[in-house]
Parts: sequence; structure tokens; C-alpha cells
Amino acid sequence: MKISKNINNIALAAGLVVSLSSTAFAAETIKVGVLHSLSGTMAISETTLKDTMLMLIEDQNKKGGVLGKQLEAVVVDPASNWPLFAEKARGLIENDKVAAIFGAWTSVSRKSVLPVIEELNSVFFYPVQYEGEESSKNVFYTGAAPNQQAIPAVDYLMNDVGVKRWVLAGTDYVYPRTTNKILKAYLEAKGVSSSDIMVNYTPFGHSDWQTIVSDIKKFGSSGKKTAVVSTINGDANVPFYKELGNQSVSASDIPVIAFSVGEEELSGLDATPLVGHLAAWNYFMSVDVPENDTFIAKWKAFIKDDKRVTNDPMEAHYIGFNMWVKAVEKAGTVEANAVQDAIIGVTTPNLTGGVSVMLPNHHITKPVLIGEIQADGQFETVWSTNGLVAGDAWSDFLPGSKDLISDWRKPLSCGNYNVKTAVCSGQDI
Amino acid sequence: MKKITYILILITSLIFPSYGYTNEENFQDTLNQLSTKKLASKLITVEKIIQSKNSKVEFVLNSLLKGKIYYIKDNKSVIFIDKKNGKYTSKDLITGQSLGVLSKYQVKKVGINNRIRKKIKNGLSLLNLTHTNSSTRLKAVKSVYNNIDNNTFKTIQSLVKNEKEDAVKEVMYVAINIHKLSDKDPLERIEAIKYLNGNLEPVVKNKLIKIQKNDSSNDVRELAEKSLESIEYSTGIYKTVETLFFGISFGSVLILAALGLAITFGVMGVINMAHGELIMLGAYTTYVVQLLMPEYIGLSILVSIPAAFIISGLVGMLIEVGVIRHLHGRPLETLLATFGVSLVLQQVVRTVFSPLNRSVETPEWMSGALEINGILSLTWNRLYVIIFCLIVFFSLLTILKKTALGLQVRAVSQDRNMARAMGIRSNRVDALTFGLGSGIAGIAGVALSQITNVGPNLGQAYIIDSFMVVVFGGVGNLWGTLISGFGLGILNKFMEPWVGAVLAKVLILIFIILFIQKKPRGLIPQKGRSAGD
Repeated sequence: MKISKNINNIALAAGLVVSLSSTAFAAETIKVGVLHSLSGTMAISETTLKDTMLMLIEDQNKKGGVLGKQLEAVVVDPASNWPLFAEKARGLIENDKVAAIFGAWTSVSRKSVLPVIEELNSVFFYPVQYEGEESSKNVFYTGAAPNQQAIPAVDYLMNDVGVKRWVLAGTDYVYPRTTNKILKAYLEAKGVSSSDIMVNYTPFGHSDWQTIVSDIKKFGSSGKKTAVVSTINGDANVPFYKELGNQSVSASDIPVIAFSVGEEELSGLDATPLVGHLAAWNYFMSVDVPENDTFIAKWKAFIKDDKRVTNDPMEAHYIGFNMWVKAVEKAGTVEANAVQDAIIGVTTPNLTGGVSVMLPNHHITKPVLIGEIQADGQFETVWSTNGLVAGDAWSDFLPGSKDLISDWRKPLSCGNYNVKTAVCSGQDI
Repeated sequence: MKKITYILILITSLIFPSYGYTNEENFQDTLNQLSTKKLASKLITVEKIIQSKNSKVEFVLNSLLKGKIYYIKDNKSVIFIDKKNGKYTSKDLITGQSLGVLSKYQVKKVGINNRIRKKIKNGLSLLNLTHTNSSTRLKAVKSVYNNIDNNTFKTIQSLVKNEKEDAVKEVMYVAINIHKLSDKDPLERIEAIKYLNGNLEPVVKNKLIKIQKNDSSNDVRELAEKSLESIEYSTGIYKTVETLFFGISFGSVLILAALGLAITFGVMGVINMAHGELIMLGAYTTYVVQLLMPEYIGLSILVSIPAAFIISGLVGMLIEVGVIRHLHGRPLETLLATFGVSLVLQQVVRTVFSPLNRSVETPEWMSGALEINGILSLTWNRLYVIIFCLIVFFSLLTILKKTALGLQVRAVSQDRNMARAMGIRSNRVDALTFGLGSGIAGIAGVALSQITNVGPNLGQAYIIDSFMVVVFGGVGNLWGTLISGFGLGILNKFMEPWVGAVLAKVLILIFIILFIQKKPRGLIPQKGRSAGD
């Protein structure tokens, strides 16, 4: 106990010195908090997003900053430790007085930050696809909601590939559980019998996939076209795909569509056995439009590595950051309430050739792309929605949430308004 | 051989209406149509290529599958490109003539999707039915099992007469009979069911299920049912064999990860929380070795084994000399200190190699599976890991039992003071033992690099399992580690289909907790004076 108190004191003192020195040098800056894990298990994904934010801020400063002031990034490391996310967020708002925070990756870290952001009324941008069923006055969800990723992916498999049997495989935590609940309800609503759906959960970092892959193979050998919808997270994917390759489950027999495997994950493994498997995202590095080319070139120059890739959450930060800049300029201030009002309806070009808009429910419009993995670790887009899809905070396929809507414009200003009972039941259920 | 080709030409000309691609220029025109962005039109083009009977069809299809076909952005002409070290060396697809090195902005790859890929694979297997290599022919026949249409059926029927290789002949008859399962004549169907009796291909089973449900003839239905019963019976047996194999292979991974710990923790009694990171260093060594010899991936794994042993062993000795030695007899402090060391090692790797996972390639001879029949196939990488695990285990046993070092290690671990009185330099032996255990951990890392991620978190994933295996097996006994590793692996794999992967893991842990309550010294407890604490 004594030791930890001492450590706290030292940390406080250090923090004080840092903030003192920074205020001394840059009195006329707007501070932006970057809350991504730089150590621990999630560093693998989040470090890239920290670098993306630094690049975006540097770029904006070259253009003259915001409201005539330079932006200053305040980077903290919550170390993949969920309670630390809340602590660090509090520090950013109370001590550093940041105007907005960009951060978090896992849903549990977002849930941990949420009460702090709401209590201190700040602005928070969350860049990763998530399970939905949430809407906060202070949080802006620039990643995909289930209806911007999972549902279109299933539609594609059902209509274009002719899949009749479904394996829903996921890691055992909140995002896969909620997504699979929505997907199961959706598939059953479409007339798929429950004997044609196999649901499977595995622990974090699961590495021995022999039994499960063999089960999938057996499940898929019944003559009906079978596909795997994978919400398997992070590290567990590599051994999963390796096992698929070794047990010769090829993409043309049983395609696997993943919601968490992007260019960056693929750069860490030998992609040859994965060729033809699918992923659903709102952005691919291979999308051939000028905005994307510029972004990739900037990224490679910033990170000083020609081999680094870009991915979907990076695009989400790109959109979120640009929207925030526009909102601040529109409001003429960085004050949280004014920015929250101003940002609704703000539009900004995304990296796939369209224009995304911030919706009243704090989600954005995005195109949905389905890509097939190529041997070089990139995706070949094989299907995309005609236009942009509006993010839906509350799923229409779950009994508890289908009557809920979210609209943060006045006079409603409610995150979960029940259209049947006409009641707004607070911020969260 | 000539006869076969002749017949095939005859057949193909019968089957496919001639498109009249008599000269190479037309073929290049067809190829150029691949430069479209629309996947649907690419599919049609691929169909045209397959039917064109050009001598280059096989080469074109294979290159397309491997993603080596590009088109020049300016004039949309389709060429072959070999991309190596960022250099795009181009060739004419038909003549093979070199077209020089192009820049990556001049060309774009012809991308394909699953539907096109399937079409290409079917086309290739049809071409390969007459391949000169018998094992290629065998594979080609097997790959058409699932979609035999009338044309393929006729092709195979005429090919089978001239086929000399018995194995190929057999699978061709299987293919023919699979097709005959849907013949109009009930007698033909009965013949086919009889022929296919005992065949375990999934497609046979599915067709039989359909027959058993819907067939017009009673006799056929009954026969199908009987056949299905025997299939079910053998499926059950092979599934058990498969689960057993999975268990043994999972067990051998556990043993590999735990063996090093069995030395450092089991024999020396040091609680080394950095054990997982020593495994991780072994895996990273494999990655670095592969970087150093990119041309010889197959050989690189073999080179990595001694390299990983030396590197992890040296780091282990450094930890022993620098940290553990000074904390002798203070297990709690040792635990904390080594945990700190593990965090340091992780962050070092993150800083040096980046926090992203590194890609370690699997050599050709370790990928794929040994197919026993339609149901049972054993993956090569798992088979190698099992063999490797046993080799490491028995070499370690020999070192401990038969060498002077082994004798000294055992002496020091049993009675340090007496050993020192006998003239054994216990400090040196400690360092060497710890180095040996750490080196074994490094070797385990080489094996794990073929199965799982190579990243900074690799070690954490295995540290709990390693301790579990060593404690359960009985501290200080290598045989205990072997038995407990295989036991836990097999138990886990038999439980997994019943309760799921998450619960299986929980149940195993509960089982071990209960077991340790009853037998605190594990499966094979140490006996005699050395057991006294």
C-alpha cells in the first residue's frame, strides 16, 4: 500500500512537471488527448492509431492549426489496463484540459472511459467497429456499427455466394457475443433454421484450433454451402487461419469472413493460406481513389517506413479528426457543448471516394466493402454497398433495442428514446 | 500416352464448341480482356481461356491463381510479372519473351475472387486429368469429386480405360460411381452404392442421405441406409482417433513449453516467470534466421533450432547470474524479480521489432496434411511437433541421466552442501542448468513459431500452461511432465467438443486444483531424501 502511494506521488509529480513545462512553452495551443495503449496486449493495434493521430495533428498544424491556434497532442499510455483508461482520461481532461480525446480500441476500455467523459462533459472519438447498443452525448462513434459491417457482410454471403449454413465463431467477450446475438436473430428472421447455425466461442489468445476447425469442416461437409462469420479477435486469428490452411479448408469451399482482420493483422503473417477468405470493412488500403493515395503517401512518409500499411480504424480517426476540426471552426470555440451541437451534420470526405456525415445519433455514414484477401496481404474489393450506410446505434434485430432511437439534437437530446412508450430512459441501459 | 492425348483432343472438341482460337494473337486478345475491373466479365474471360485449348492455358491459369498476371495501365495489355524485392520483371505470357523491368505505377495486378478462383481450379483439374505425373492426375480426379457433370463423367470414363496407374484408376472408378449414384437406372444406382460401400468421402455420404430420403426404389433406399450405417460407424471410430491425435499434438505443445520449466523450476526450484519470454526469444530467433536466409525457408527452421538454443540459453544464464543467484532461497523475491525481467524482455522486443506480430513462414514440407481417408487427415506441422517434442524430451533425459553435467545437476539439486563438499562448483552448475532449461525454452519457441503468433505476447500465453503441466506432473520429474502434458492435452481435447473451448479450459483448471489438494506433489512425486524440503 505504502509503495503504491509513493509511486502515485512520483507519478503525480512527474505529471505536474510535464504539464508545467508544456504550459510554459505553448500558452496558445489547443490540446488534443490521445488515449491509446502503447504497452501491453493491445499495443499491437493501438500504437498505430497513436501515430495516426500525431500525423493528423502535425498535418493540421502545417495548414495553420484550428481557430488560429496550433494543436498540441497530449499522448498518454493506458497500458491495455481497463481501469487505467478511466484514470488517464480523467487526467487528460482535468489536468491537461484537453479539448477532445481520441482513443480506445476494445469495447471494455470504451465502457471504462464512458462515465468519466460524461461526468466531466468532454468530447471523445472512438475509431473502432463495435457492437452498438450504446449512444452517449459525449462519444462520437467513427467506427462501424453492426449494421455497417456485420449485417451487410451476411447479406453478401447469403445473396451473392449462396451460403445456407453459418458458423458464428468468436472470442468470448462483449463484442462477439452481442454481434453474434444480433446476427443469429437476423439470420433466423431471414428463415435460416437454427440447426444450420453453429455458434462457437473461444478464450482470448486461443491457439489450438484443431478441434474447432475439424468441427467446422464436418459442419460444412453436408452439401449445403457453408461460411464462417468470424469475430475472433487479435492474436487468435493467426493460428486459426494456419489451422484452416493445414486442414485444407479452402476459401472456395468454406469462406471465412472476418470483422477484425485488416491489413495490419495480415502484415504479421504469411497470407498465402488465407487467399480468398473475406473481410468486411468500411475502408481498404487497396481502394483506388486520389484521397486514399495521398493519405497512404503521407502515412508512409510520416512513419518513415515504405512497408507500413493503412487500415480501417486509421480512416475512422482521419474522418473523426477532420469532423472535429470542422465542428470547432463552425462553433468558433472548443467548448464541449458547443462542439457537440456543431458537429452534427458536419460532412467530410472519407478515403473511399465518398463524403461521410456525422449523424444525430453520433454515428457516421460509411460505405461497406467486402474484400478478398490476396497473397500480398491486401484486399481485393469484391462487393460494396451502392451508397453510404447510416450507422444505427440500436439494432433493429434485438427485442430490447428495436424500438429505441438516438437523437442528440435539441429538443429531444436523448441517446435511447423509446418510440413506442415515448420515454427517454437516461444515457445507458 | 499419345493415344490418350488424341482421345482427349477428340473429347474436348466434342464437349467444347470450338471458339476458333487458332493463332496466338487471338489468344492474347482474350487475355487482354482480363484487364477489366468487372469481376463478372473476368469470369467469362477465364471460361474462354479454359476452352481455348491453347498450349499456354495451364501456365496462364496457374499464374493467375498466384497473382502474377498484371496489365499495363496505358494499353491494357496483359503480361506476366515476377515481383521480387520490389522489382517488377515482366514477360510476355505467350512467348515468354522478357519485356524488361517495369515500375509499379505502370502496371496493375489482375485481381480475382473466389468464384473465378474456383473456375480456374476446376479448369486446371480437368487439364490435369491427363497430366504425365500420376500423383497430379490422382489429385485432379479427387478434386472433381464434388462437381462431376456429364462432360467430366464422360471424360473420366474414357480416360480410365487407358489409365495404367492402379491408384489413379481406383479414384477414377470412385468418381464414375459417385456420378452413377444419380443415374436414372435403379440397377446402376445399386451397383454404385455397392461399389462405394465403405467410402468415407463427404460427397458420398451426402448423396446417400439424399437417396435414403427420396429415392423412388425401395431396394435402393434400403441399401443406402445400410451403407450409411457403416459410414456412421467408421466415422465414429475415426473421429475418436482424430480427437486422440489432437490431444497428443496439443499435449506435445504443452510439454515443449513446459520442459524448460521442468528443469529450472522442477530440478532447480527457481520460480522463473520469464520462462515464457525465453520461449518468445526462440520464436523471434526463427524470424531473424528466416530474414537472414530468405532463399532457404525449409532449411531455416533447422538452423533456428541450435540458434534459438544458444540465444535463449545465454539470456537465461545472464538472468541467472545477474538476478536469480542473488535471490537464492527467497522464492517470493525471485518470483517478483523474474516477473520484472519478463516485462523488460517484452518491452525490449516491442522496441526492437515493433509491437506488431512478425510473419514466420512455414516451409513447404511442414504445410498440408497427411490424408488417411475422406474423414481423417493428420496435419504435417502437428506430426512434426509431436516427433520433435519426443526427440527433445529423450535428449534431455539422456543429458540428465548419462552425462557428467547431468550428474552434477542432480547432485546440486538434491543436496547443495554435500555436492559442494564433493568438489562440485555449484555456482557454475546453477548457471549451466538454468542455461540448459532456458535453451530448451528457446527450442520450444522455434516449434511454436510454426503454430501460433510470433509477437511480444507469445510468452504470456504459455507461462500458465507450463506451470500447470510441471506442477501437475510432479516437480522434479521429467517423466511426470511428459505424462501430465499428454494427459492434460488429451483430456482437454476430449472435453472440448462437449463443453466448448472456454469451459474445457476452466474445467481442467478446477480438476488440477482438486487434484493438487489430494496429491500436493503431483502425479509422480519425488521419493526419498531429495523430496524433503
